[in-house]
Amino acid sequence: MPEINIRDALQMGHHEALENDPDVLIMGEDIGAYGGAYSVTAGLLDEFGPERVRDTPISEAAFVGAGIGAAVGGLKPIVEYMNLNFALLAFDQMINIGASLRYMSGGQVSVPIVYRAPTGGGIQLAATHSRSYENWLAAIPGMKVVAPSTPADALGLLRSSLLDPDPVLMVEHVLMYQQKGFVPDEHFIVPIGLADIKRPGSDLTIVSYHHAMVTAMEVADKLAARDVSAEVIDLRTLRPLDMPTVITSVKKTNRVLLLEENLKTGGIMGEIAAQIQENAFDFLDGPVVRVGAEDVPHPYNRGLEQSMIPSADKAIAAVSAAYGI
Amino acid sequence: MAVTEVVMPSMGADMTEGSIARWIKAEGDEISRGDILAEVETDKAVVEMEAYGNGVLRKVIIGEGVTVPVGRVIAIIADADEEIPSMDAPASEAPAAVAAPSTPAGVAPDPVAATDAASGGRVKASPVAKKLAAENGIDLALVAGTGPGGRIVKSDVDAAIAGGGTPAPEATPAAAVATPVVQAVQATPAPALLTEDIPLTGMRKAIARTVVRSKLDQPDFWVTVSVEMTEALAARKQINDAMADSGVRISVNDMILKAVALSIEKHPKWNMSYTEEKLVAHPNINVGVAIALDEGLMVPAILGCQGKSLKDIAIASKDLGVRAKSGGLTQEEMTGGTFSVSNLGMFGIDEFSAIIFPPQPGILAVGASMPTPVVRDGELAIGNIMKMTLSVDHRVNDGAEGAAFINEIKRFLENPLSMVL
Amino acid sequence: MQAEAIDISFKTELLSLYQQMYLIREFEERSGEMYTRGHIRGFLHLYSGQEAIAVGAISTLEDRDYVVTHYRDHGHALARGMDPKHAMAELFGKATGSSKGKGGSMHLFQASRNFYGGHAIVAGHLPLAAGLALAARYKNTGGVALVFLGDGSVNEGEFHETMNLAAVWNLPLVFLLENNLYGMGTAVGRAHARGGDFDMAGAPYGIACAVVDGMDVLAVREVARAAIEKTRAGNGPAYIEAKTFRFRGHSLADPVNYRSHEEEMEWRKKDPISLLGDRLLQQDLTTELELLEIRETQDDVVREAIRFAEESPEPTEDELFTDIYA
Repeated sequence: MPEINIRDALQMGHHEALENDPDVLIMGEDIGAYGGAYSVTAGLLDEFGPERVRDTPISEAAFVGAGIGAAVGGLKPIVEYMNLNFALLAFDQMINIGASLRYMSGGQVSVPIVYRAPTGGGIQLAATHSRSYENWLAAIPGMKVVAPSTPADALGLLRSSLLDPDPVLMVEHVLMYQQKGFVPDEHFIVPIGLADIKRPGSDLTIVSYHHAMVTAMEVADKLAARDVSAEVIDLRTLRPLDMPTVITSVKKTNRVLLLEENLKTGGIMGEIAAQIQENAFDFLDGPVVRVGAEDVPHPYNRGLEQSMIPSADKAIAAVSAAYGI
Repeated sequence: MAVTEVVMPSMGADMTEGSIARWIKAEGDEISRGDILAEVETDKAVVEMEAYGNGVLRKVIIGEGVTVPVGRVIAIIADADEEIPSMDAPASEAPAAVAAPSTPAGVAPDPVAATDAASGGRVKASPVAKKLAAENGIDLALVAGTGPGGRIVKSDVDAAIAGGGTPAPEATPAAAVATPVVQAVQATPAPALLTEDIPLTGMRKAIARTVVRSKLDQPDFWVTVSVEMTEALAARKQINDAMADSGVRISVNDMILKAVALSIEKHPKWNMSYTEEKLVAHPNINVGVAIALDEGLMVPAILGCQGKSLKDIAIASKDLGVRAKSGGLTQEEMTGGTFSVSNLGMFGIDEFSAIIFPPQPGILAVGASMPTPVVRDGELAIGNIMKMTLSVDHRVNDGAEGAAFINEIKRFLENPLSMVL
Repeated sequence: MQAEAIDISFKTELLSLYQQMYLIREFEERSGEMYTRGHIRGFLHLYSGQEAIAVGAISTLEDRDYVVTHYRDHGHALARGMDPKHAMAELFGKATGSSKGKGGSMHLFQASRNFYGGHAIVAGHLPLAAGLALAARYKNTGGVALVFLGDGSVNEGEFHETMNLAAVWNLPLVFLLENNLYGMGTAVGRAHARGGDFDMAGAPYGIACAVVDGMDVLAVREVARAAIEKTRAGNGPAYIEAKTFRFRGHSLADPVNYRSHEEEMEWRKKDPISLLGDRLLQQDLTTELELLEIRETQDDVVREAIRFAEESPEPTEDELFTDIYA
């Protein structure tokens, strides 16, 4: 297969899901006639019809909750948010119902739903459309959260999500739909809960995910020029976290940079930092380095927004300050 | 009609206590299920309390305004002529009964941390550097730190291990002068440590369970005596010489087992197990023998020792050892011991104490028989002293009984003929 | 809508309604007692007084239909066929409870009876019911979803969003509003722009509306039957307001100082259980003795449920970590 981008991979995944399983249906705002705000579902309405590709009212609580109900009733819904920021209107549905039904019912009820949502800043949409809330949902028992950074991971994780008997949220970074990569020709999946070492190295572990992976690779390139060999781990799944991969790497390199685009306070990397010191304390050659977005609402102005989002240079400065490399 | 105990009701998940604001019904009033009996005051509101039984309000135990915990009986409803339990209000409710979670009485400073801080002169080293240094016998005080803020980092310790000393960081030449360069360290190869965890075998788990149970359930104490084994060793040689053709050889341990069995016959409480109701007497003297296998410890028993001669015990003991290794023990042998002996004499151990194998009342721990100066008939001589320590389940036997029993064993061993006769 | 003439030939069925309502009442009253004795903790919301609604409406459903309800849910669970033993054990938090002691009073579920809770965020369960209705229609099972909601739900966004979605998608969904006149301690008129007139709450969405006396189980049954038939036939969602009154406080912790004793007494005259019993007696469909026998049998059922709950084991510690994921 030639190189394709993440949007292509997701389109493929949706198409094959609708084709292979009659219980799959997709619902969301403007996913049908409009083709989806980021064109992931373009063309599906014409091919599969309005029962299976359902435009919804702008009514997040209702259609997300209805997706949960449909899943409980035996269907396999994919519910697309136009933007993860709009999911705030349906947190009650996702958390109090979707993620809690199995437990509250003593295991009687399954909710095999897939939520998808664009997330992230960098395109000047200001405070209400740019935040990444996937870390909030990754803090909820009963939820699974995946965040691919390559086309192969996007397709492989979408397939796994559709096979999963529990609610899975896939977040898609708005800057990454055009991210290109090779996708295997033969059928494959990417298991939920498995991180990926995107670049091996020996002197520093960089843990990241999503669009921050682009920055992480840039950091690794720049450090290589200084003879520092960085190992870059793409988390791919935020719940359940693949801590064994992270811990093994940190024990090997003794240094770690945690890089994310979430606000630093309350970001997922705070949790990972805590687990590293719990499980690899005696292997650290300095403090755990954590770099995230500045703790401010996303600004509209391009220069300001770029200052808020972590850059490779900022990350390298933090690594040098901590480890003298 | 049953007696209905009216209790201080729980009126909410967070309610632990309440008081009666007002009794609406009085003693002697007829009560039907659903009637409002009283108003209960919680910390949040005044709530009506209804009756869950029919009859007459026979007794009001808790008057108005007294705070009592949820669940306390505050009144009795019963038929007019029914016998009711006498219950009186306490003079005042002890505050502890209200069961508020206790507040920790301040956090004591961590003594270790305090010492650390007081000692000053803290070496700043990364966790992995400290670990490496400890593993390789490096004194971090002698290592120069090249990390940010002078922190000793892994590469500094690596350099020290390599014996090359620590090159001073170029940026801080002054520090190089002030910091003693580490002396060439003997690069002794670290012993080959097991780096992989060992999964628990069933036997390991069983041993762990047994010893934990013993230590939890059996309050034990120990008594130790020295036994002069010269006579016993001489007797053993004589017996073995006499039985040379039989193929049977008596070991010192066999003599100890025999002495134990005979002593139990004289002190039958050493063949009893403690239960909550009684001391259970066992019909047979089954002396357990601690056997070390590669997989771990076993304590199978020689059954029916009371009828066995020294020779019988020697045969049984040898057979038990063979079958323990081959896995051919019976369930009764595995679990039927009534008293045990653990002997580490062959490992040259002077003395030790053993953990009782539950539910047995005790175990005898036997050390090595060592040539030792002794006073014999007023003169210094070389004796063979063997120390024995008896672990006693104090629920079964007291100190004096322990002393009497171990001295009985000692007497048999020091007068070996009494064992064969 | 007016209750149609009652077909009195179904004596057994009518006695069954009486028996179910009495079971719920006894279950609730004894639960309240068990709460005050500390066997039940957390929140306990009793359904006493509202029995006619759950029993009347659920009696018209088929097995393939879905039921979803709010947190005052014991009555609906029992009417849908949950074993009182498993319901009581859940209130006690025991391992034998319907949710193994993990859900409690507000979260009863029985998937095998298509009873999907038991939800404790006001109106949060309405979209779930819409989704179940969607699944039924998508799979052409012929089933419908019946969702119970309280008067407080009407002021939540999820109520309006779900009404709209159900209408836009023409879902087989019946909304049954139980208006017991107080959202916790707030009289409905104080919290609703139209003074608590909920009779036409479905109208803005083009949803057929009906009002029924929620104390009259036969009236509820007839109105619910009509609504369910309509929606099952593919004519879209329906909405019913049942006027009722809870005889108890909002929860056991409620001092009930926001409504008058007189108001409660007036409503108690309309007790749905005696109402039905009196009618059956008037029509010579039963005898005092027969009704007494029913009540005593149900008393035993509840007594047995309490005994079962008391004797059941607590959940084991490992249950803490099960049922989070499949």
